[in-house]
Amino acid sequence: MNTTTGLKAKHQRMVLVVIALVAIIGAGLLAVWGLRNQANYFYLPEQMAEAPPAVGQAVRLGGMVQPGSIETMADGVTVRFVVTGNEASTIPVRYSGILPDLFVEGSGVVAEGSLQGDGTFLATNLLAKHDENYVPRELEGLEAHQKAETVAETTVGIEPSS
Amino acid sequence: MIAELGLAALWLAAALAVLQMVSGALALRSGEGEAAPMALYARPAAMVQAALAVLAFGLLLYAFAVTDLSIKLVATNSHSMKPFVYKLTGTWGNHEGSMLLWVAVLALSGGLLAGAEKRLPERTMSATLAVQGFVALGFYAFLLLSSNPFERLPVPAPEGSGLNPLLQDIGLAIHPPTLYIGYVGLSVAFSLAMGALITKRVTPEFARVMRPWVLGAWVFLTFGITAGSYWAYYELGWGGWWFWDPVENASLMPWLAATALLHSVSVLAARDALRTWTIMLGVLAFSMSMLGTFLVRSGVLTSVHAFAVDPERGTFILVLLGLYIGGALGLFAWRASSIAEGKRFTATSREGALVFNNVMLSAILAIVLLGTLYPLLTEAFDVRVSVGPPYFNPASAIFAIPMFLVMAVGPLLRWKDDKPARIQFELSLLAAILISAISLIAILGDYPVLPVLGLALALMLGVAAFLPLRGRKLSRVPVAVWGMVLAHFGVAVALFGMASESAFTEERLAAVAQGQSVEVGGFDVTLENVAPVAGPNWTAIEARLAVSRDGGEPIIIAPQARNFWSPPQATSESALVTRWNGQLYAVIGDEAGVDAAGNPRWQLRLWWKPFVTFIWYGGLLIALGGILSIAGRVQVDLKRRTAARLGDERREDLRALGAGPNAPPAAPEPAE
Repeated sequence: MNTTTGLKAKHQRMVLVVIALVAIIGAGLLAVWGLRNQANYFYLPEQMAEAPPAVGQAVRLGGMVQPGSIETMADGVTVRFVVTGNEASTIPVRYSGILPDLFVEGSGVVAEGSLQGDGTFLATNLLAKHDENYVPRELEGLEAHQKAETVAETTVGIEPSS
Repeated sequence: MIAELGLAALWLAAALAVLQMVSGALALRSGEGEAAPMALYARPAAMVQAALAVLAFGLLLYAFAVTDLSIKLVATNSHSMKPFVYKLTGTWGNHEGSMLLWVAVLALSGGLLAGAEKRLPERTMSATLAVQGFVALGFYAFLLLSSNPFERLPVPAPEGSGLNPLLQDIGLAIHPPTLYIGYVGLSVAFSLAMGALITKRVTPEFARVMRPWVLGAWVFLTFGITAGSYWAYYELGWGGWWFWDPVENASLMPWLAATALLHSVSVLAARDALRTWTIMLGVLAFSMSMLGTFLVRSGVLTSVHAFAVDPERGTFILVLLGLYIGGALGLFAWRASSIAEGKRFTATSREGALVFNNVMLSAILAIVLLGTLYPLLTEAFDVRVSVGPPYFNPASAIFAIPMFLVMAVGPLLRWKDDKPARIQFELSLLAAILISAISLIAILGDYPVLPVLGLALALMLGVAAFLPLRGRKLSRVPVAVWGMVLAHFGVAVALFGMASESAFTEERLAAVAQGQSVEVGGFDVTLENVAPVAGPNWTAIEARLAVSRDGGEPIIIAPQARNFWSPPQATSESALVTRWNGQLYAVIGDEAGVDAAGNPRWQLRLWWKPFVTFIWYGGLLIALGGILSIAGRVQVDLKRRTAARLGDERREDLRALGAGPNAPPAAPEPAE
């Protein structure tokens, strides 16, 4: 039944190793290619004003909600506001949906979405500051959901101010 | 007193881990078959250690139960007004406590292994226990040197600072422990793999010892990921069930590796093939557990800068990771060539299919791993990116689709060698289902390509899962085979739910005044009223919604927007109407001005998600399949032990039986 010689078994092992390596390297190359195309870049308002992303490309815009800029449209669910950064540039944002908790004027926000032809940023999702210990710098690149889970796992944001 | 006792127990346990490691290692120095006096210490050391670590965790649990505010961890994470059950779950709702849980489970499984496992050769057992002691020691050191859960405050706090209200949820209470048990089970599999590698005993016998640990860990991981996904779905109010965020990926990656390992260890147990591959996957699965722990524990996920806030912890785990994984891979590289090749098989055999899917799983793992680490890499160069579904979905689907195809056919093939022509009927049946399903869905509407493929593959897999039972007497089918059938059917069910949810979900967003209705997915949702309500530590506005279909009897559901006051935080409590064919999901938002008549309006966000529940039913079925498989193995194993007492002749028969269904009679093993 198993009268195979060592050489043949060795040969089979080599073939398996080669197949596995090819698949993993293939996956790696595919990943690198996909990441270069699909990574979602983060922009500050000044960066977006200076070198805007392509219209329709999924990006994130982060900054402060300009005081006095939040206005709700007649339908009751669409909001317009303006995001400012460290400099003078401002980007108008439009968003339809339920506003996150702690979305207030003068506070940090990260909007996920894409730039429209008219220069408005159409947000599909808003992430706002989660609690008073949380600074926008850390908020960048952090989903609200991830924040919830991260808090579950670490003490970020619930350290007492000693 | 409690805190000091807990700390003392941990130090003692750490000392015993050193003893376990040293005695296990010294036992290896005595030759094959010689008595190894040092080996006597390793087993008891592991068992006493288990008792001590569990005691330490119990003491911390007690401190949380009575809200002992002189302990820093309790003061920063609990509150005397919290509901009792969340006081308890708060024990592991923080870094130090969850690490203590990790260690307690680790020590407990080490103790179990030492106490209950009698089948392995003594030398392999010594080596395994030495490695297990080494792993445990690293985690004790981490706990004692950088995250002491029992640290006292100089002055007891007047009141605790509470717990994140998002975490006051039963789903989240059971989520981390299940994942940890899974991670830790993989650490035992790792120790066993190392023990077998050190003593060059990578045999089917070893695989049979390893398999229940892998299966058990995998069941817990499956359950933990399923529970976590459902928690995220109903607790966050976003309507999504998987976000591909790093914390989720941290639990998915060990699961992918464990799934591959589970199948590979089965081949080793049944057919004595894939020896080196199994050891390699054992290392990989534990590496992924460690990496997941590192990603979540270090805060590196929050941002690279958060890593700098507490570099000690992150660095510590990174060093452990390097030490264990580097050491294991070094050992592997040095020893792997000395493992004799296993038995051969052709490409068109059950082993061939298993190997192919093992490789596909590894490829998906590579995709997820690179996507998870990429933002960390770019941030080091000050470019901030996030990676989401647009990358993960297509990239993983490229490997998942062939994997599902092979998964449908693999269990129908014979071991060692088979001719596809033999299963012509099954192959044509499955191909017919796949092609007709794709054509039918494509005719029905213009849906995105991946969900359509997903639905068709799910239907095909649903049928394929039961084909291995065809032409067999159902009463004679081993329990373990039922386990496989159920788990594979669970994959089909979950895939169906995922694809259906992504293709057919309907969403409505509207500002609604009292008495007005919104239509979604064939339901009429009427806002009856909005009223303030209060809980033990929160206040909320609650909307009463009447949900009816075709003028039928309305169901009342009540989504809330809650405000917690310690710590101050707002959450959305979604409300669900579950039907056999899907769920209606409702969230209430802010007040939204007034309508034309001057009545106040509220924002409502509603979804109808067809068959979304199948995602979690599928996950549960997969876990159940795993449980059945363990039960079946245990049953066969008990029979085998009885047989061992009855004589060699019957043992041979049962070995063939235990080696899996329709396996060829095992060739007599060379005398060892």
